Amino acid sequence: MTSTREISAIKSDHDLPEESFKELEKYIDSIKTTKGALIEILHKAQEIFGYLPRDVQLFVARKLGIPGAEVFGVVSFYSYFTMKPMGKHTISVCMGTACFVRGSDRIIKKMKDTLGIESNEITEDGLFSLKDVRCVGACGLAPVILVDDKVYGRVKEEDIEEIINNYREK
Amino acid sequence: MRIDSLEKLERIKETHKVEDFNDPTVKKILVCGGTGCLANDSEKLIEFLNHVIKARKCSEKVKVVKTGCFGFCEQGPIVKIEPDHVFYVKVVPKDARTIIDEHILQGNIVQRLLYKEPINNRKIEKQEDMPFYKKQMRLALRNCGLINPEEIYEYIKNDGYSALGKVITQMSQDTIIDIITKSGLRGRGGGGFPTGRKWEITKKQPGKTKFIICNADEGDPGAFMDRSILEGDPHSVIEAMAIGGYTIGANKGIVYIRAEYPMAISRLNTALFQARELGLLGQNILGTTFNFDIELKLGAGAFVCGEETALINSCEGKRGEPNYKPPYPAEEGYWAYPTCVNNVETLANIPLIILKGSSWFSSIGTEKSKGTKVFALAGKINNVGLVEVPMGTTLREIICDIGGGIQDGHLFKAVQTGGPSGGVITEKDLDTPIDYDNLLGVGSMMGSGGMIVLDDRDNMVNVAKFYLEFTMDESCGRCTPCRIGTKRMYELLVKITKRKASMADMDALKQLAYMVKNSSLCGLGQTAPNPVLSTMKYFWNEYMELIKDVDHPQGEGKYKAKNRERIEV
Repeated sequence: MTSTREISAIKSDHDLPEESFKELEKYIDSIKTTKGALIEILHKAQEIFGYLPRDVQLFVARKLGIPGAEVFGVVSFYSYFTMKPMGKHTISVCMGTACFVRGSDRIIKKMKDTLGIESNEITEDGLFSLKDVRCVGACGLAPVILVDDKVYGRVKEEDIEEIINNYREK
Repeated sequence: MRIDSLEKLERIKETHKVEDFNDPTVKKILVCGGTGCLANDSEKLIEFLNHVIKARKCSEKVKVVKTGCFGFCEQGPIVKIEPDHVFYVKVVPKDARTIIDEHILQGNIVQRLLYKEPINNRKIEKQEDMPFYKKQMRLALRNCGLINPEEIYEYIKNDGYSALGKVITQMSQDTIIDIITKSGLRGRGGGGFPTGRKWEITKKQPGKTKFIICNADEGDPGAFMDRSILEGDPHSVIEAMAIGGYTIGANKGIVYIRAEYPMAISRLNTALFQARELGLLGQNILGTTFNFDIELKLGAGAFVCGEETALINSCEGKRGEPNYKPPYPAEEGYWAYPTCVNNVETLANIPLIILKGSSWFSSIGTEKSKGTKVFALAGKINNVGLVEVPMGTTLREIICDIGGGIQDGHLFKAVQTGGPSGGVITEKDLDTPIDYDNLLGVGSMMGSGGMIVLDDRDNMVNVAKFYLEFTMDESCGRCTPCRIGTKRMYELLVKITKRKASMADMDALKQLAYMVKNSSLCGLGQTAPNPVLSTMKYFWNEYMELIKDVDHPQGEGKYKAKNRERIEV
C-alpha cells in the first residue's frame, strides 16, 4: 500500500485529484498479479484521469516496482494512450482507406481550420480535441467522423460547422 | 443452470424456447446492430418498433431482435422480417409504424422500403434474390444477421457448441488435427499458414502449459470483418477457441482485441459470461475432464501488434515490438510457453468444419485455398459492405456483381487488396480467381481481406503515399530499415506529389523500396513498400506526370530505362 504521503509526494504541484490516485491504487491492488498487467493498468488510469501525464506514469511505475522509463516506453508506443489532456468532446476523423478515398483528408483539413487546432490538440476553451484515427470500421458510411461515441457518416465539408455547433450550444 | 453433458446440450437445442426462434407463427423483425447501421439510428428504430408493438398489443405475434451485421452496410439500417424472408433497406425510425401496421398486421409488403436494383430499378423482396447476396457463401458469417449475438440459446439452437461437445466427448486430439489439416483451412489473417499444421506443431511441444490466442487486432485500415464476426457471432469464436485449446492441450485462451472496438468487447464479455454460466467454459466442460477459460486483453492501438510475436509482447504488457523468428510462438510464445495464435475468421470456420467434415470444406474453393474468404468491400463502389465468397471467385464478380459496380458511373481504375501490405490490381487481372497464391501472382496479396476499389478520380501516387504514411507512423521503430527507410520513402513521395522530384528521386525511391522489403525484421516492414512498387509497376505514367526533370523532361534517359525494368512485387 502506498501511503497518502507518498501519493502527494509523487503528484507534486499538479492539480490531479487525489481521489483519482486512490481509485487507481485500489484497482492495482485488486488485480491478482501485476505481471504483464501494465497495459491493463494504463487503460484504467486513462479512464480515470482522462490522460496519462508524467505523474500518473510515475505513480504506476512505483506501484509496480518498475522503472518509469518502462512505463513511458509503453505509453508512448501505443496510439490509444495520450499524455495530453483531452477536450470535453473528442472529435475523431477516420483516416482509414475507405474514408481516405472518399475525401477524409479534406474533412480533417476543414475540421482543423474550423477549430483552429491541429491533430492531437485541444481548443483554447477546452471544449474540443481533435484526433485522426485509424479505421472505425464503418466503411459503408465513409467518410466518417466520431464526436465522442456518436458516429456521423457520409460527412461533407459543409456539414462540419453544424456538427461542431451542436456541441457548442450544450 | 449448467449444461453438464452432451445429451443435455442436445436436449436444450431441441426444447429450449428462445425468442420463439423456430416458431413459424411468430414473426421476427431482425434489425441490424452492426456499427454502420447503429450509426444510422438502428437503435432508435428498435425502440420505436417495440413501442408500436406495445401500442398495438401484438407482442405475442412479433418479436424484435437486434442481430449482428448483415454485411450490406451501404443500404443500412437493414431490417429483415422472418419467416417471410422480406428484406428492407434504409429503414428509418419513423418507418416502424408502417412496418408493424402494414407488414406484420396486414401482411402487405412495404414496397418503398424494398431494395431497388440500381440498373433496372427492379424491386427485390428477398435477400437470396439480391445480387449482393446471390454469389456469396456465408460460412464464417453464417450467424451474422441471423441470431441475436447477446443470446447464447439462439447460438445453441443454431448448432452452437455441438462441435465442441463432439470433439471433447468423442475425438482424440490427433483426429481433430487430421480433420482440420485435411480440410485445407489456412490462416485468414493474411499469411495463409495451414491451421491444422499450426495446431499440430503447438500440440507436439513438450510441457503442460500452453495457450491459444485469438488475434482480434484488426489494424488494417479499411478492414472490418473480424469486428463484424465478433459483434455478430461471438460464440462461434469462443467455441472454436475451446476446440483449439482442447486440441493443442491448452487450458487458457486469450482474445487480444483492439480497445477501439467497444461494442465487440462488450458483446464478447456478454458471451463469455453466458458461456461460463452454462458451464461451456470453465471446469469440467460438458462433464468431461477438460477445463478451459478465456480472458480478454485489450490492445492500445498499434498496427504492428497484428504480427504474432508483437501481439504476444503486447499481451505481456510490453511494447508491441516483434521478435526474431524462430523460435515461433508455437514453440515459445506467451511467457515463453507454446502458444497458438489464430485469427478471428480462421476460428469462426472451425466449428463448421468439425460438424460438416473436412471433405465438405475442402470441396469449396480452389486447389490450394479451401473454403471462403470474407472481404470488406469499400471505396468507390455501389454496394459497400461485408461479403463472403468461395475462394476462386473472380475479382470482377466481386466488384461488378456483388459490389454493383463503380459509384456515380465512373470508371474502374484499380482495386487495392491486402491493405498497406498488399498492392493494386488493375483491370487486366480482374478475372483472376481469388486465392492466396493467385493474388501474390498478380503482385498483391490476400492480407486480412480489405478491398478498396479506386476509380478514375483517384491518383495512384497519392494512394501509395497514403499507405506509406500509415506504415511509417505504425513502424514500431525496432529495426532501422523499417524505421528510417519508410520515413525516407515517404519524404520522397511527398516530394513527388509536390512536383519537385526528379528521375533520380524515382530511382532512389525504388532502391529504398527493395532495401526496406528485403532487410526489415517483420512483416510490417517487409511489405511496407508493396503499395509503392505495385503502383509504380501499373501506373508508372502517373508518377512520370509529377516528375520535373530538367535533363529528362519526358522521363527518358538512363533512369527511365533502369526503372522500367525489374519492377516486380
